[in-house]
Amino acid sequence: MEQEKQTYQPRTLETQLPFSWKRLFFQWEWMLLLILVAVLLFGSYVSPYFLNYPSLRDGTMVFLDKAIIVFPMAMIMIMRDIDISVGSTVALSSVVMASLYTTAGLPMEVAIVACLVTGAVCGLINGLLIVKFKELSAVIVTLGTMILYRGIAYIILEDQAAGGFPEWFGFFGWGYVFGIPFLLIVFAALAIVFGILMHQTTFGRKVFAIGNNPTASRFSGVRVDRIKVIVFMLAGLLAAITAIFLTSRMGSTRPNIATMYELDIIAMAALGGVSTAGGKGRILGVVIAVFIIGYLQYGLGLINMPSQLFLIIVGALLILSVAIPKLGSMIKRK
Amino acid sequence: MEIKVAHTENPKKNMLTLFYQFRELGLLFFIILLCIGVQMRNPSFLTGENILDLATNTSILVILSLGMMIVLITRGIDLSIGAVIALSGMLTAQLVAANPSINPLLCLLFGTIIGSVCGIVIGLLIARVGLLPIIATLALMNIFRGLTFLVSDGEWVSSYQMSKGFVALAGGSFLGINHLIWVAVFFCLVFFYFLNYTRTGRQIYAVGSNPQSAAVSGIKQSRILLLVYTIMGGLSGLCGVLWVSKFASAQGDTASGYELTVIAACILGGVSIAGGSGKLGGVLLGAILLGILNNALPLLNVSPFWQNGIQGFIILLAVIVNSIVKRRVDRTHSLRRAG
Repeated sequence: MEQEKQTYQPRTLETQLPFSWKRLFFQWEWMLLLILVAVLLFGSYVSPYFLNYPSLRDGTMVFLDKAIIVFPMAMIMIMRDIDISVGSTVALSSVVMASLYTTAGLPMEVAIVACLVTGAVCGLINGLLIVKFKELSAVIVTLGTMILYRGIAYIILEDQAAGGFPEWFGFFGWGYVFGIPFLLIVFAALAIVFGILMHQTTFGRKVFAIGNNPTASRFSGVRVDRIKVIVFMLAGLLAAITAIFLTSRMGSTRPNIATMYELDIIAMAALGGVSTAGGKGRILGVVIAVFIIGYLQYGLGLINMPSQLFLIIVGALLILSVAIPKLGSMIKRK
Repeated sequence: MEIKVAHTENPKKNMLTLFYQFRELGLLFFIILLCIGVQMRNPSFLTGENILDLATNTSILVILSLGMMIVLITRGIDLSIGAVIALSGMLTAQLVAANPSINPLLCLLFGTIIGSVCGIVIGLLIARVGLLPIIATLALMNIFRGLTFLVSDGEWVSSYQMSKGFVALAGGSFLGINHLIWVAVFFCLVFFYFLNYTRTGRQIYAVGSNPQSAAVSGIKQSRILLLVYTIMGGLSGLCGVLWVSKFASAQGDTASGYELTVIAACILGGVSIAGGSGKLGGVLLGAILLGILNNALPLLNVSPFWQNGIQGFIILLAVIVNSIVKRRVDRTHSLRRAG
C-alpha cells in the first residue's frame, strides 16, 4: 500500500457543495437503481411468477425482517466499527421471548417487552465494552459476545424449539395493513426515521464526524463514547425487533436461528455505499441495496435455485461493491 | 492517533509489569489451576491416555492458530478459514472416493494447494485491491462455503468411501503418538524459526507494528500481506484434509464457525488485534487452554449446551483482563517517565 499524499485541504461536507448536474448524475444510488432494475428483469426472465405486484409485495416478507438491522449497522460502519453479534442477538432475544411465554407462562405482551429489553441490553453491553476498552476494537468485542449470546440462547433452550404463540402474534410476520404487509410499513417507517436521524439531525452529523476523524471530533466536543453506546444499543434494539418479526413468521424459535445474518446485513450496507473505512454512506443507497439483495434471494428461491448459490452471489456482490470504488481510484491515480 | 514513546531506560519492574511481560506464565498458571480443579473432580483427566487424546484433538487448532497469529500480527483477520477447511476437505474427499488407491501424502499436497489458492485470492484482494480484511474474508467465507455445497451437491462423503491409507493420515500413530501431534509440533518448530530468525518473519512484525515506518524502511507491505494470507490458506487447506481424515466424513458444513475458535485461541494467547505483537508460546497456550476446556467440560458432566456460553465468557474475560493490566502497566511507565 503506497503512502497517501498528505493534503491539508479541509474536507467540504457534501451538503455544502454547490449544486451540479454532474454530481447528481454520478451518484452510487443511480448505479444501484440500475442493478435493481437488472435484478427485476432477471427475476421476470427466470420465473413468470416474479414480476407482478402481489409477488413483489409479498416477496418483501422474506428478507425485510433482517434488513431492519441494516440502519444501525450503517451508522456503526460509518463510525469505523462493526457489529458481528447481531445475528446472535436476534437468536437470544427470540429465545428469551419464547421461553418466557412458554416455560414461565408470562403473557405474550410481557414477553415481547422482555425481548426488546434483551436486545437493547445486548447492544448496551457491546457498546460499553467497546468504549471502555478502546484497545479491544469492535471486531473482538462483538466476536466474543457473538459466541456468548448464542451460547446463552443454547443454555436457555438447549436443542429444543419453542412455539405455540397466541394467534394475534402471527400478525407481525403475516399481517397486512391496508393491503400492505405490516413488515413493509415498519421498514419504510424505520427508513424514514433513520434517514432523518442520520442526515438531518446533529446526532447524525456527529456520527459522520466520528467516522471522518474520531480524535478531532472528540476535541470539538462530540461525546464520542456516548454516541457509540447509543448506536450499538440501537443495533441491539432493532435486532430484537427483527427477532419478533422472524419468530412470528416462523411460528417457533430455536437457538440456531439467524445464523450468519450479520454477513447479509454488512453486505447490504456495503453495497448501499456505506464506506467500510468509515465516514460515508446514505440511507437511500442502503434501502435500494436491501431490495437488490432481497429480490435476488426471492427470485432465486422462486426457481428453486440452491440457497448456496445465493451465498456465493452475496459474497461476490459484497466484494464487487467494495472493490469497484477502490479500483476506480487506483486507475485514476495512474 | 496514539503516540507511543519508546522506552529509553529500562524501568524498574514492579509486579504488574512483570506479570504483563510474562503473561504466558499467567496463562500457564491458569491452565495448571484449571487442570488441578478438573483432576479433583474427575481423576480420569490426567491419565496418559486422556492427555494424548486431548493433544490429538487440539493439534488442528494449534496449526491453524499459528497461521491466524501471523495474520493478526499484520493487523488483519481471516474469517474464511472454516470455509477453506470445508472446501479443501470436500474436494480431497471426493478425490479419494474417486481414486481409492491414491497416495495419502498426495492428498495432503492437493488440499494444501487448494487452500493456498484460496489464500492467494484473499491476499490479492487485501494487499493489491486494498479491501479491509474483515470485509474481504467475510465475503470469501460465503463464496467458499457456497462452492463447497455446490461441488458436493449437498451430499456427504462418508467413511466407507475413504481408503484405509487416507483415514490413517490422522488416525495412525508414529512411536505411539498420533500423526496429528507430530504435524503440530513440526509446524510449531518451523514457525518459531520463521518468526524469530528469518528476515521475512521479522518483517511481518514490522508491518504490523507500524506500517508507515515499515514502508519507509523498504519493506514491501503488499508482498508480506500476500504471503501471510497464502500461508494461512495453505494451513487451512492442509487442516481440511486432516479434519476429513480424522472425522472420516466430509460435509458441506464442516468446520462451520471454527474460525472463531481459532481467533479466540490467538486472543487468549495475547496476540493483539491491533497488530504488531504476539508470541508463539502464548498462542500455543491459548490453543491448549481451549483444548482443555473442550476436553474437560464433558468430563465434568457439563451439558454440551453450556460450552458455547462458557467459551464466549472466557474469551471476553481474558481480553478484558489483558486490556486492564496493559493499561495499568502503560500508566506506570508514563508516570515514571514524567517523574
